[in-house]
Amino acid sequence: MIDLLAVGPEGWGDEMLRGAAMTVVVAVLAYGLGLVVGTGAAAAKLSGSFILRSIAGAYTTVIRGVPELLVIYLFFFGSGGAVMWVARQFGYTGYIELDAFTIGVLAVGIISGAYSTEVIRGAFQTIPAGQIEAGRAAGMSGWLIFRRITFPQMLRLALPGLGNVWQLTLKDTALISVTALAELMRMASVAAGSTREPFIFYVTAAALYLAMTTVSQTGFQWAERRAGRSLQPVKAAGA
Amino acid sequence: MDLQLIAESIPQLLSGVPLTLQLVVLSLFFGAFLAVGTALMRLSPNPLMSAPAYGYVFVFRGTPLLVQIFLVYYGVAQLEIVRESFLWAFLKEPYWCAILALTLNTGAYGSEIVRGGLLSVPRGQMEAARACGMSGPTAFRRIVFPQALRQALPAYSNEIILMVKGSSLASTITLMEITGIAKRLISNTFAPIEIFIVAGSIYLAINYAATRAIAVAEWRLTPHQRPRIDPTPAPRGTGLPGPLRSRGRRARSVTSAH
Repeated sequence: MIDLLAVGPEGWGDEMLRGAAMTVVVAVLAYGLGLVVGTGAAAAKLSGSFILRSIAGAYTTVIRGVPELLVIYLFFFGSGGAVMWVARQFGYTGYIELDAFTIGVLAVGIISGAYSTEVIRGAFQTIPAGQIEAGRAAGMSGWLIFRRITFPQMLRLALPGLGNVWQLTLKDTALISVTALAELMRMASVAAGSTREPFIFYVTAAALYLAMTTVSQTGFQWAERRAGRSLQPVKAAGA
Repeated sequence: MDLQLIAESIPQLLSGVPLTLQLVVLSLFFGAFLAVGTALMRLSPNPLMSAPAYGYVFVFRGTPLLVQIFLVYYGVAQLEIVRESFLWAFLKEPYWCAILALTLNTGAYGSEIVRGGLLSVPRGQMEAARACGMSGPTAFRRIVFPQALRQALPAYSNEIILMVKGSSLASTITLMEITGIAKRLISNTFAPIEIFIVAGSIYLAINYAATRAIAVAEWRLTPHQRPRIDPTPAPRGTGLPGPLRSRGRRARSVTSAH
């Protein structure tokens, strides 16, 4: 059992670790993409434009109400055609194919973005309107208010929710193993198939996922404590 | 957009709905018992009870559902003990493996919801029940549990949506539910967008129906939290959902009869 997980040409330990590294890379990129998409969609949801609000509303409703696997199949089978269609509008007629890595990051990022949207919107709405009015009264421009008043507080308010979104994103990356991208779940399947020892490899994969979620949870808790320093009760002198 | 393809795919995708619903309903049903049991164990002062419950919740919430399904379907089947036991009759079927994995998953998430509900019941209620002479189990059954359930219900509608979406992973272990059929149709027709629209609409409809059902149940269980009914008839289109309006009218007629 130990030699199955050994590092080197005989064992699968190094392959599993490389798969875990790929999982982290995909999760980080997808999460980043999700934050960008989520910020845009949250701004659209809060905007005065009916069209923008409807588009963002449809995006979050559909993505959060439909299985992640179905979204991944849509991207896996549909993104090549969509990219070629766009390229053709610009006069390019060659053949373009997206690799599994790009598709995986795009698909999980779009899913992650739908959840980020709600968190960011919620954080923004928690900030009392009076603060923004006060900023205006002090003569700040909209951008300055965002940078000095809204954004710093949103960071703190959104942190717990964004921590949850990160955990979701990390676990959703397991689904892109259906596109044969060599991340942790795919590696576990390959190893399980070729050694006929599925139990040990899926348990190992589960343990590695658990390690990743636990470490990142600790990280987010630390960040939350740090961001909330100003809100902690004042310690009595000498205590 | 190929409208004919959409029309043709609707009956095929709908044929996966019964299996999806079976997976969801059975897992949620078994998972609810597991959730209550786990929540009670976690709240126990005895670490021999609370520690295993904590470990179970920690592991199943910290790993992807796909790993859990593969571990049950491929991993457990490899163990000699399981193959020789009576469990093998169930665990050789992908259907029961999917239900087992989904049950374990929703049991872990659900136990956190139930635990929050149980903790929300004020201590004094239990003390009052004991003072009235109820035994611990009776007080739990009559006083604590109904209130905890009411408190936990809104959060459980999220859990139902998670299970509806999670049931799609059963397609990875050969079960042809909605997503499994959708994947086969996509690889046969090369029309991912059309199939996604139909399959996605079915899932959205299921999730919408489930959340409405929970909202109605929640409304029925919280008569004391409703605003007092105004004897003047409410104007049309006040934004209240259907059941709220009809129920309100019935409640009014009851009060006027007295």
